[in-house]
Amino acid sequence: MNDSDKKRLLREMIFYRRFEDRTFEAYMERKIGGFLHLYTGQEAVATGVLDMARMGGGDKADYVITGYRDHVHAIKSGAPAREVMAELYGKETGSSRGRGGSMHIFDPTANFMGGYALVGQPFPLAAGLAMGCKHKGTDQIAICFLGDGANNQGTFHETMNMASVWELPVLFVCENNMYAIGTHIDRSTAVRDQYKRMCAYDIEASQHDGMDIETVLEASKKAVDYVRKNSKPYFIEFMTYRFRGHSMSDAKGYRTREEEQEWEKRDPINIFAGKLKKAGLITDADIKAMEKEIDDEIENDIIKFAEESPEPKVEDLGKYVLDDNPDPRWIGPLQQ
Amino acid sequence: MAEIAYWEAIRRAHDEEMANDPLVIAMGEDIGVAGGTYKATSGLFDKYGPQRIIDTPISENSYTGIGIGASMVGMRPIIEIMSINFALLALDTLINAAAKIRYMSGGRVQCPIVMRTPGGTAHQLAAQHSARLARMFMSTSGLRVVTPRGPIDAYGMLKSAVRCNDPVIVIEHEQMYNLKEEMPDEEFFRPLEGAEIVRQGEDITLIGYNYSVHLCLQAAQRLESDGVSAEVLDLRSLKPLDRETIRRSVEKTHRFLIAEEDEAAVGVGSEIISVISEDCFYALDAQPVRIHAADVPVPYNHRLEKAAIPSADDVYEGALKVLGKI
Ligand SMILES: Cc1ncc(C[n+]2csc(CCOP(=O)(O)OP(=O)(O)O)c2C)c(N)n1
Ligand SMILES: [Mg+2]
Repeated sequence: MNDSDKKRLLREMIFYRRFEDRTFEAYMERKIGGFLHLYTGQEAVATGVLDMARMGGGDKADYVITGYRDHVHAIKSGAPAREVMAELYGKETGSSRGRGGSMHIFDPTANFMGGYALVGQPFPLAAGLAMGCKHKGTDQIAICFLGDGANNQGTFHETMNMASVWELPVLFVCENNMYAIGTHIDRSTAVRDQYKRMCAYDIEASQHDGMDIETVLEASKKAVDYVRKNSKPYFIEFMTYRFRGHSMSDAKGYRTREEEQEWEKRDPINIFAGKLKKAGLITDADIKAMEKEIDDEIENDIIKFAEESPEPKVEDLGKYVLDDNPDPRWIGPLQQ
Repeated sequence: MAEIAYWEAIRRAHDEEMANDPLVIAMGEDIGVAGGTYKATSGLFDKYGPQRIIDTPISENSYTGIGIGASMVGMRPIIEIMSINFALLALDTLINAAAKIRYMSGGRVQCPIVMRTPGGTAHQLAAQHSARLARMFMSTSGLRVVTPRGPIDAYGMLKSAVRCNDPVIVIEHEQMYNLKEEMPDEEFFRPLEGAEIVRQGEDITLIGYNYSVHLCLQAAQRLESDGVSAEVLDLRSLKPLDRETIRRSVEKTHRFLIAEEDEAAVGVGSEIISVISEDCFYALDAQPVRIHAADVPVPYNHRLEKAAIPSADDVYEGALKVLGKI
């Protein structure tokens, strides 16, 4: 990894942080509705893993799928940030044409196959994406990001078993932030180390620090290469922490301020910025300038686009339920 | 033309669609090496191999989800669920994912899966193997639900379902797998939409779908010897419903009955009565009758089972009631 890549990654993480912060403001202004789950604190995971995969869409790039905390995963996969923001605003120009919202960002042109609200549902969908790639004989892989809480769903066990038996090229990324909404992992789950659960499925697995992007990059490179080369699943666990509440209305009464402060000391952006400064690659002034540039982009391009975009038309309410242009040979009408 | 059984018709549709398109695969429990519980994929494992005729573990929700994920990248999976009772396990991926992904993505991602499953009572299989559940699927936006009554539709509609870009549920019936029909040797397709008048009549319309079409046909035969001309309408597709054909038939006969094998509450019958009330209420000369199962889990004992499930006699008597003859 060269110096400019390092600076790029730092910029990306700052961008994701500011993007999420700005959605928080827009939510407070009631420009964004529904549930809004922010990725603040976990940026090094998606940024690092996906930087080691093939991004950008098309028949060479890998597929990405995740849960409802999906804005950053979508943007890193290649979904335009302004379209993601427009989706949060419920606009026709949004990634999902305003039909999905925060939890359901889709951008098939970036091979980003969705955000899903049902905890654990992306496990089998990801294995299916991988099965499709394997069947077509490409060397694409599927990458599935989910939380620690999702591992207590039946889909976790069912999918791990099938992914192993059928040797599907899928990378499962467990973002272990130790909480499922307000329930600590120790109160819901027999083992805290999630990667240990993989021995039941004979799947290679490992656990790493998810707050240090260099660790994430190194571990992810091995994992991605393993999946692609062997056409087999891999389970990679990153220990991380979400700095904000689960969703917007979360008083966080289930964790202590001390615990939060301990983790905030390990802010992935500060850790990486500190390393780059120490190496003489960047100065505080550079970072300030970077932040200013990002804020300008968010305000003058991304937010502007979302604000100015049209709402979906009410006449189009019934579009996209079924194929809007079906082939009459398969659909009918039936000749009596 | 040759006589062919329902299960053979399904097998032929699989075979032709898999030969036609390498992206078509089939997956389900015991469908491969074992050839399928109802033989619907027999011999195909040897022909297409384990990558395309996939024996799954007993994990309905997730193998359905894997089929859905594969369909999102262009595959055309035919997912077999051994019995509709087990489809309940797959409702999360089917209803929360397959039925909604096109919509949630603003039309950008589609899930062209087919789910085939037998729903209905066979012989003394008791409550956990006798569910019908068509009413549950037909109430879900984003799905197509079809109910082939015989080999011709079982073959032709399955082929259309594979090619259609929407998730399609094909509801078969354990008592129909050995039902035979004359079928052309050449390839053909039957559309997924459209009710069909399977017997012309003047005095009353007997509406059925799936197995209950046969009960209606038997009842119509008996009514004929009483001098009553009964029309029999096969709904074929429960979602979407062909309201136009239903309306035309009722406007002709002015009387109708709906026969379903499921319990009545919030069922196919209540929906049919609703749409007829909305579309052609003033064409009716008589109050409709619903023939349906008793409101009980299906019992094991053969006498109780028989009493729980509608028969051709029940349809016949229901028709007499509509006609004011009893
Ligand atoms: C099937 C299902 N059950 C419950 C919920 C409610 N819910 C939403 S997020 C969540 C916690 C998930 O925690 P985790 O998987 O650790 O992800 P994190 O939010 O920490 O990223 C729960 C219980 C849901 N969305 N889906
Ligand atoms: Mg969590």
